[in-house]
Amino acid sequence: MSHPPGSVNRVPDSEVLVRARGLTKRFGNFMAVDGIDFDLCRGEAFGFLGPNGAGKSSTMRMIGCVSPPSGGELTILGRDPVRDGSAIRARLGVVPQEDTLDVELSVRENLLVYGRYFGLPRRVIRERTDALLDFVQLSDRARDKVDPLSGGLKRRLTIARSLINEPEILILDEPTTGLDPQARHVVWDRLFRLKQRGVTLILTTHYMDEAEQLCDRLVVMDHGTFAAEGSPRDLITRYCSPEVLELRFDPDRHELAADKLRDFPAERAEVLADRILLYVSDGDDALAAVRSTGLEPLTSLVRRGTLEDVFLRLTGRRLED
Amino acid sequence: MAPAAVLTAWPSSSLSIRALQCWMTVYRRIWRSSIWSSVLGPLFYLGAMGVGLGTLVDRHGTASLGGVSYLAFVAPAILASGAMNAAMSEASYPVFGSVKWNKIYIAAQASPLRPSDIFRGHLMFMTMRIAMNAALVTVYMWAFGATQSAWVVLAWPAATLTGLAFAAPIAAWAVTLQIETSFAYLFRFGMMPLMLFSGTFFPLSQLPAWLRVIAYATPLWHGVNLCRMLSLGDVDLPVALANVAYLTALAAVGIWAGTRAYRRRLYV
Repeated sequence: MSHPPGSVNRVPDSEVLVRARGLTKRFGNFMAVDGIDFDLCRGEAFGFLGPNGAGKSSTMRMIGCVSPPSGGELTILGRDPVRDGSAIRARLGVVPQEDTLDVELSVRENLLVYGRYFGLPRRVIRERTDALLDFVQLSDRARDKVDPLSGGLKRRLTIARSLINEPEILILDEPTTGLDPQARHVVWDRLFRLKQRGVTLILTTHYMDEAEQLCDRLVVMDHGTFAAEGSPRDLITRYCSPEVLELRFDPDRHELAADKLRDFPAERAEVLADRILLYVSDGDDALAAVRSTGLEPLTSLVRRGTLEDVFLRLTGRRLED
Repeated sequence: MAPAAVLTAWPSSSLSIRALQCWMTVYRRIWRSSIWSSVLGPLFYLGAMGVGLGTLVDRHGTASLGGVSYLAFVAPAILASGAMNAAMSEASYPVFGSVKWNKIYIAAQASPLRPSDIFRGHLMFMTMRIAMNAALVTVYMWAFGATQSAWVVLAWPAATLTGLAFAAPIAAWAVTLQIETSFAYLFRFGMMPLMLFSGTFFPLSQLPAWLRVIAYATPLWHGVNLCRMLSLGDVDLPVALANVAYLTALAAVGIWAGTRAYRRRLYV
């Protein structure tokens, strides 16, 4: 395989757990994943950032050995996912996008059923269940049925369940989508602890703050390919100015202001439906300069560049659209 | 870290058993809600059809029934068609729901279980439920004095085989569905006519010849005929073997199709 060395962001001298070269996934005429290359190393947290339909979940399903690749190479834990899927899955943990808990059963029974899928003896499952429920702070709900649990508690139970086989790689497909901010922070806290314990994480998200908090390294995915890759800090320095000035105008004047600001001496201007973003080195200076042209924004905000800006720059679209 | 060599060496049968264990755990939770239809349903049928309607039928002579009471005639048919009904309810909504609603299959798929293990484990559970219901009906038949032979103990596995011959192909079909409304066709155009025209409530000799040919081709007739011969102690061996062969072939085709269909649906 000939690939430019820079395209594969590999941490030197560490064990590669997942290796993909020219990986594709096709559904009929639609290329969901269009030739991606990456290495996932032991102990790192690797993120796939992108909007819905970017090909993140298709990639996760291929790594989870529940979807055969249409082309390219994929090696997981040194094995072929098509031939050795069952053996590989025995060493993976999966937190799917939608909860697949059995709501008829109790919290504990869900872990029991799942542990049995992995062929674990009941005694081992019991011990691990105690520790895992403690870890996700669900011990007091152990005997309750799953059905009435809130979305956040269900997510935590799904995470506990995915750890029952002490996986070497934990795959999380949009782990906090649909959760309220508070529940999301609890999940992040638990995932961060797992990372500290050395569990290898691979996750997809369309939340930039999630990617910033959890990922050592990430790829921005769009239309089945990688638009960029690097650490969150890297990507922001590379693709974004130090500061961003967000301006909101009276809707009637929005167009007019947009026209004027396109020629404004900023690194870049981005006109959204409701706001105008100016990428600048100093936000306050820029705001003063905008006002001196006679434009008066309804609201203004100076902030640091984020992954959201990186994404906008790379794809021309916003993440959560 | 689990030794990978051991993991690949696991026989597939043990993987199906793990899927079965999941269904057993679920069943332990919900058996109370299903017990009444299992226990009382066949009791009502035997009482109403066998005893109630039977009294009326027997008064007009039972020559066309082969000289046996209507209760003795209809009881093994209730056994066989009950197995078919159990198969249809176990292999329809629960299979569909395991993909779409509670996602039992999707959860199991992330484990070492393969689509074929998930299918076979669930099919084992369906067969177990069919066998449980059939055992109960067999006991009722004996208690009602509706059997004439000790061979009736073989009517129990015969009914279970009948159920399996329905469950496997129906599950293979149910797993492919995108919407659950298709099940209405199964119950309306599958279950109903089979129940009525497979020699269940009246002998096939009452049907015109062309309809009789169709009836002989339906799986339920083979199940009913087999159970009836065993219950009445009047076994025509070549016919019985043909019945068993037909039902076994249907089950085998269903298992083959199910293995394929589950893989296509779950592994995409």
